[in-house]
Amino acid sequence: MTNNTLFIDGQEIPFEAGQTIMDAALAAGIYIPHLCHKPGLSPHGSCKLCTVDVDGRSASACTLPASNGMQVDNNTPALNEVRKTLTQMLFVEGNHLCPTCSKSGDCTLQALGYHFGMLDGHFPPFYPRREVDASHPSVMLDRDRCILCELCVRASREVDGKNVFAISGRGAQSHLIVNTVSGKLGDSDLQTGDMAAHICPVGAILIKDHGYEVPIGMRTFDLHSVAESDVASPVTLKKTEHHDA
Amino acid sequence: MQTELRSSLAGNQCSDHLLHRLHDLQSRFQHIPAQEIPPLATELQLPISQVEAVIDFYSFFHRSPRGRIDLLFSNCTSCGDLSLMQQLCTSLDVSPGITRADGAVSIDETSCIGMCDQGASLLVNGRIMTRLNPQRLQQIAGLVNAGTPLDAWPAEWFAVPDHVRHPGLLLNDALQPGAGLRAAIQRGAENLLAEINQSGLRGRGGAGFNTSLKWQLCRDAPATTRYVVCNADEGEPGTFKDRVLLNTYAQQVFEGMTLCAYAIGAKHGYLYLRGEYRYLLPTLEATLAEQRAANLLGENILQQPGFNFDISIVVGAGAYICGEESALLESLEQKRGVPRVRPPFPVTHGYLGQPTVVDNVETLVAATHIAVQGGQWFKAQGTEKSAGSKVLSVSGDCATPGIYEFPFGTSLQQVLDACGGQDAQAVQVGGPSGTLVGQAEFGRKLAFEDLATGGSIMVYGAQRDLLAVVRNFSHFFAHESCGFCTPCRVGTPLLRKYVDKIASGHGTPYDQEEMARLAKVMKRRSHCGLGQTAANPLLDLLERFPHVCTDRLLHQDYEPFFNLDAALATTRTLTHRDDAEAHLS
Amino acid sequence: MPKIRIATTSLAGCFGCHMSLLDIDERLVGLLEHVEFNRSPLTDIKHCGPCDIGLVEGGLCNAENVHVLREFRQQCKILIAVGACAINGGVPAMRNHYSVQECLEEAYLNGVGVDNPMIPDDPELPLLLSKVHPLHEVVRVDYYLPGCPPSGDAFFNILSDLLAGREPSLPKAMLHYD
Ligand SMILES: Cc1cc2nc3c(=O)[nH]c(=O)nc-3n(C[C@H](O)[C@H](O)[C@H](O)COP(=O)(O)O)c2cc1C
Ligand code: SF4
Ligand code: SF4
Ligand code: SF4
Ligand code: FES
Repeated sequence: MTNNTLFIDGQEIPFEAGQTIMDAALAAGIYIPHLCHKPGLSPHGSCKLCTVDVDGRSASACTLPASNGMQVDNNTPALNEVRKTLTQMLFVEGNHLCPTCSKSGDCTLQALGYHFGMLDGHFPPFYPRREVDASHPSVMLDRDRCILCELCVRASREVDGKNVFAISGRGAQSHLIVNTVSGKLGDSDLQTGDMAAHICPVGAILIKDHGYEVPIGMRTFDLHSVAESDVASPVTLKKTEHHDA
Repeated sequence: MQTELRSSLAGNQCSDHLLHRLHDLQSRFQHIPAQEIPPLATELQLPISQVEAVIDFYSFFHRSPRGRIDLLFSNCTSCGDLSLMQQLCTSLDVSPGITRADGAVSIDETSCIGMCDQGASLLVNGRIMTRLNPQRLQQIAGLVNAGTPLDAWPAEWFAVPDHVRHPGLLLNDALQPGAGLRAAIQRGAENLLAEINQSGLRGRGGAGFNTSLKWQLCRDAPATTRYVVCNADEGEPGTFKDRVLLNTYAQQVFEGMTLCAYAIGAKHGYLYLRGEYRYLLPTLEATLAEQRAANLLGENILQQPGFNFDISIVVGAGAYICGEESALLESLEQKRGVPRVRPPFPVTHGYLGQPTVVDNVETLVAATHIAVQGGQWFKAQGTEKSAGSKVLSVSGDCATPGIYEFPFGTSLQQVLDACGGQDAQAVQVGGPSGTLVGQAEFGRKLAFEDLATGGSIMVYGAQRDLLAVVRNFSHFFAHESCGFCTPCRVGTPLLRKYVDKIASGHGTPYDQEEMARLAKVMKRRSHCGLGQTAANPLLDLLERFPHVCTDRLLHQDYEPFFNLDAALATTRTLTHRDDAEAHLS
Repeated sequence: MPKIRIATTSLAGCFGCHMSLLDIDERLVGLLEHVEFNRSPLTDIKHCGPCDIGLVEGGLCNAENVHVLREFRQQCKILIAVGACAINGGVPAMRNHYSVQECLEEAYLNGVGVDNPMIPDDPELPLLLSKVHPLHEVVRVDYYLPGCPPSGDAFFNILSDLLAGREPSLPKAMLHYD
């Protein structure tokens, strides 16, 4: 065995010190499903879609540091079944009525549903009542679809140098809040060009007025599977999500 | 921001800790008034969103006023009795969770308050009241309606006796304050670590990590600042031994922290006390003051130049998850108690990112005794892999609930014999996150290698409905999930739904299968111990008492999750209809 | 060989799925050699007799939807939830954001342009459920055909599979929720 390699589904791949399993996999062009992870932002480990088995033990690929000789099970029927169940849990937890959502076709949660062959939410839906915030001139916040991935929270803090978003509450009552006295997005310093305004993997943060510029059927995941898109060029996702330059 | 906090927290009072400031507001206004939040955030130099997030995370902070008398009944299977809550609601004319219109009183339930050997119990304005019965509730109703201030209520209602029924290795070993420190200083830090290593001491908080190794790792982690944190969050239902240790043996707890500080080179320590135990605060502060006066804390401890260490107490506010060590550290850092990603572990990246030892109360007490008596003394009891003794909190259907200290390796049956629990059909060992065992397994030994336990032994007699017990636990976990990760945030409420459905006689074999499938995903894929153990009681029940569930099942293909007729109730009212077509069976 | 009997209905849906079923186009002719339609908007048969396959479009928004769904479940060997609304409530479920009381008051009492404000109480009208529910919350569903609507190809695919006695499957490319 050479130094600094690990095995994903039997395939030997190299890694550098400090990389997580996810980093190493993406660098080697291997897709490990992920939802709360975006290269360049600090890993979070909350959605658990990247669940893998490392030497027989469950782990999150996006947070576990790679180490030499690790045997990682990734693309197995059993793990994909677990991931499908987690995707279904995210669907029933919120209000995901895709035909009513302008993110449809560009949504990573939906694309993961396709990827795992998910047909229905399976579990009894929660029907949460969550607040919609339309106070910002160009950005819409629809909490019904928020999956609490904290990508916007991290993007705002780590890339935009602001602190627009946070998660509040506990358990099933957890919800996204805005760091202003009023709690309204319109009173925040969020700008359309901020990464936090674009990074939402679902239709919870949307740029206003651009929702249907690309017709349904021609969108990111109508044309490519999430596996292709997320391995080939993780950033292009962000680019094609909204079309406001 | 965090460094500023550090300097303000270094004082013993910690009065500027966000949790303490919010507690003050809550007591003053019976809620956190919205207009108080921005100035508080400014003063503490915290983002508003952080203050808001913390308010909504912890159960004891409220957005709208609670009653001037706010009663929280424990809903634990040992120290809770919600029929008493209903009774008081009726006599005071309040609905649970809704403050009475005159603002005088509010009544609600809360997770186990650690009074499991004291009879049905409640928290009233943060104070503990034990041994509840219908007659006491009548008296309470009278006092509330008369507007009698809490201070004028009979003091004996608030008594919490220790109930040490069977002292063992530690509780029988009387120590002079400072004896452990003096012995340690004589030996030197290296030898103290060696002694603890030799004792075989493993953490008493549940996980059983080797204590000397934890201290050594922290000592070896490169840093200039290190911390000792005592985990006194004791939130596992059925556990109350730390409460007794803090009540009567606090000196040994603090000395254990100081020993750890000596070993790892920490200057400051925190005791994180669960909010339910706030009533212990005056005693604890007094003990700290005594120890400072005796030069067992403070500067140049016991005349050792440069041996400086002091302890602050931070009080939680109703969140079981804050017992998980990394969530505890987040809470100490004035945030929501969300477990961190590990690795890195607290021993290298703990409080404020610095190497930190987090140890359970009992672990620290044991360390103090080991420092005096030596590792051999400790190791003489217990089993090969589980050295020493375990302080058990025994409660439920037994004659003498209370504290029992036994050597590790003692069988469950021996504990049941000692506490008068011969009638038991089942025992929940280690609390809801532990193991539910039936009579066939009463011969098993309490030890890390067999039946591991953080100390909770809940006895269920022949009359108990075990499905009701498991249902209680599934509600507990759904209420306490921090909400960080998908399997637990969504899984615990789903599990609660399935168990409710089955317990109410609407479950089908299909529901049971689905529930078990979900349970396995949660167990394996959750981020922290809470989600990983939340389904244990249910899985144990299905494995060991299968008929308890199957007997309740409907033998049909499918049954809805909701009551269809009830789903028409609103529109029936709005249309004033009650004809046959206005109903669904 | 006896023909496969199919029933279809639209509950809280928009008939879009039925339109899409017709999008099978000329393949429908071939299909009709093997199937006959029982209760369906296409036949105007009012009650469902014993059937092999039931295709249900739309979710459950009122008491009548529940009766019809139960009839389908009772009469059909295989019940298929067709389209987004049947599977998770779809567009009608947007009303779940509000209470049914708020919805009715907005529509019949307080809304713009309402005259003669009154919530209809005619016993002929089915009562609304407090929320719009997907089918699988009330009966056991055998198969799901997602899409808003599912394409004609998707319909053809699932029916061909069932007619051939195969476990129905959907090529990934045909799987969409919108
Ligand atoms: C959900 C959860 C709750 C916990 N609660 C407590 C607790 O109340 N007290 C405690 O000492 N340890 C608790 N623990 C264990 C701690 O994470 C940690 O292992 C312990 O404090 C380490 O101390 P020890 O080595 O002395 O046992 C909890 C763990 C989890 C996952
Ligand atoms: S956010 Fe994604 S999954 Fe949710 S409704 Fe929109 S497209 Fe569908
Ligand atoms: S708004 Fe979007 S990016 Fe932000 S937490 Fe919710 S789902 Fe994630
Ligand atoms: S398992 Fe539960 S308590 Fe632990 S991190 Fe996940 S949601 Fe929070
Ligand atoms: S991508 Fe790893 S947990 Fe979300």
